Amino acid sequence: MKEILSGNEAVARGAYESGVLVATAYPGTPSTEILENIIRYKEINASWSPNEKVALEVAMGASFAGARSLVAMKHVGVNVAADPLFTLSYTGIKGGLVLVTADDPEMHSSQNEQDNRNYARFAKVPMLEPGDSRECKEFTRLALELSERYDTPVMLRTTTRISHGKSIVDLEERVSSLPTPALVKNAAKQVMLPSNARVRHPLVEERMKRLSEAADTMAVNRMELRDTGVGIITSGVCYQYVREVMPHVSTLKLGLVNPLPAGLIRRFAARVERLFVVEELDPFIEEQVKAMGIAVSGKDFIPVCGELTPGRLRQAFQGQDVGLDEAPVLPAEPEDVSLPGRPPNMCPGCPHRGVFYTLNRLKAYVTGDIGCYTLGFLPPLSSMETCVCMGASIGNATGTVKVVSEEEKKKVVAVIGDSTFLHSGITGLMDMVYNNAHSTVVILDNRITAMTGRQDNPASGFTLMDEPAHRTDLALLCKAVGVKHVRVVNPFDLEETRRALQEEMERPETSVIITDKPCVLVKREGVFKRGPLYTVEVEKCTGCKACLGLGCPAIQWRSTDGGKGVSFIDPTLCTGCDVCRQLCKFDAIGRAK
Amino acid sequence: MSEQVTNILLVGVGGQGILLASEILSETFMLAGFDVKKSEIHGMSQRGGSVVSHVRYGREVFSPIVPEGEGDILFGFELMETYRCLPLLKPGATVIANDLRIPPASVLMGKERYPEGLAELITARFPDFLLVDGQKLAARAGNQRAANTVLLGAVSKRLDVAEEYWLQALEAMVPRKALDVNRKAFLLGREL
Repeated sequence: MKEILSGNEAVARGAYESGVLVATAYPGTPSTEILENIIRYKEINASWSPNEKVALEVAMGASFAGARSLVAMKHVGVNVAADPLFTLSYTGIKGGLVLVTADDPEMHSSQNEQDNRNYARFAKVPMLEPGDSRECKEFTRLALELSERYDTPVMLRTTTRISHGKSIVDLEERVSSLPTPALVKNAAKQVMLPSNARVRHPLVEERMKRLSEAADTMAVNRMELRDTGVGIITSGVCYQYVREVMPHVSTLKLGLVNPLPAGLIRRFAARVERLFVVEELDPFIEEQVKAMGIAVSGKDFIPVCGELTPGRLRQAFQGQDVGLDEAPVLPAEPEDVSLPGRPPNMCPGCPHRGVFYTLNRLKAYVTGDIGCYTLGFLPPLSSMETCVCMGASIGNATGTVKVVSEEEKKKVVAVIGDSTFLHSGITGLMDMVYNNAHSTVVILDNRITAMTGRQDNPASGFTLMDEPAHRTDLALLCKAVGVKHVRVVNPFDLEETRRALQEEMERPETSVIITDKPCVLVKREGVFKRGPLYTVEVEKCTGCKACLGLGCPAIQWRSTDGGKGVSFIDPTLCTGCDVCRQLCKFDAIGRAK
Repeated sequence: MSEQVTNILLVGVGGQGILLASEILSETFMLAGFDVKKSEIHGMSQRGGSVVSHVRYGREVFSPIVPEGEGDILFGFELMETYRCLPLLKPGATVIANDLRIPPASVLMGKERYPEGLAELITARFPDFLLVDGQKLAARAGNQRAANTVLLGAVSKRLDVAEEYWLQALEAMVPRKALDVNRKAFLLGREL
């Protein structure tokens, strides 16, 4: 049977067909849909972990007991999971283990565009790179087979265009002949004391050597000879762009990007007159080919930054004399009319909006974090000074108050979401209390991991499989690490929010404020409740624009004939949060009758 | 079967149903026996930002995104976003857009104006431009929320794929209770 699947759906399908029993992840664009789709297959125990490190450790545990397992994360998630990954490379596996890293060249939804192919080389594990959804499914299976054959975790690297691109996939049955998992003691292999690890390291080196030799004849590394004047080594989505833009040239398509098939690369280089590498981000393949003493070029004219596209590739190859006819016209903003931009915005009724509005008015110095609330950076809320990685807000605040004056300390507020706090904010808070840093932490608890599209987490009360679960008590957790002043506020009550912030910012101690209104996108019954509709009484509106300071998409400015103009609330967008009413000094905003 | 790859771009604002429309297009092309690829960006763009979805079909499709300047058909869900996307089209491309304006944040706040006269500007550059009152026609089909399907009908008319595959795809992708209205909306669009 054929189906159109995204790369992520195809990875999930591949895991199912390969007999995977355990799948774990922390959500992160562009990887999130792998686990969201894997729950279609009831044979797989799938779960969200609080962070990527835990996710990998859970997958490892399942693998040590003999089960095939999959763990998925976005590229920066591998930074968090790197600690277990590097030593898992030494222990090896029992049941096959595939780690999916979904990279994001162009930073469509990320804070950096690190090239995780470097991790495979760094951790000395093999890495496969699929070029479409069909390969996503096939390579997931191959990853698990290689994992077992070579006693190693295997990384599967996708990029945004592969993860979120869709193409046609043939579906197959699930394998049924895998051994049943059970406890097997193998301490010398799995207890990485120095004496054991010293035994394992040479095995890692030997394994990579064997893989490198085997790579020369693997079917996923494919030499395609066409016009031999030009040869291009490439992989992943870049292969598709090369075929699109230069269908006449010869290609060496690499499915396995670590270790590289040295013999095959030499054979290909010998068959073509001029050799190029086309790859996104780092010159990962190119530098290794150069180190083999082969003349090759690529990154001297292909951009290192951003993703490639057919147009950018065509433009880069102008002047390389590879038989391209005309220069492409790369899109630019139109010149005949100025178009207002359309940046993303917090939703109408978002519980974060009033908090950032208040922080702005209090002239706070906000150390920020990763989530929807990072949009608090944008005008008109404009109240965020840092945003680096998951959990960084709290450590950043601690460091800042170590060095600024007593007066300035009072302005420093760390802002972090519930899911991000559980991911890696707790340790930062522990440090803040332990080392007696006087700062305020706001935990924006909207009961969900919102930015990636509403995933459950340990504080949402449900699992990925939609089963009821214990709800981590954030206030109790903060008290347990030693925060004496923990307040829970209603972020839709601006006065209550302002008072809490002002008092805690003044206090020369660590304090935590938890906001407790759910995300408007939570679909689970009884969590988010729409309030009454609000409307603007045109006669009372003076056009002072105070309500526009919220940047709520439901509030629009309408010019009036001869007048100053008035605000208007779009009834199809208003959720009845009441925040704008509290800003109106003229009682012009009220419940619709 | 045509050797050529046909490039379709769908553009609008997050939350407008662009992804579903591009799924229906892709499903149709697969049912009709073509190779299909489609690409779009999720994540940040879902929070009310611009969304562009690429759908390509033909005998064999390589790139999942439409090469710049090679778009054959632009299917616009919102007027300003339609205009923003014109540079991706090739000369003589077809533009079919819903006559709908969704003001972005800066316009809502009164800091910028929603540009006037976009329809005329589009026509000047792409004479094969069809501006559709999707909501009105959808209301005639029974529900104005089926506006996208009216436009899909208009797009379908300009592609070389038999009606039966479109209807089959609609049936597979649209929730059962909304199917009747959407079928009507689609057929109304095909008359445009």
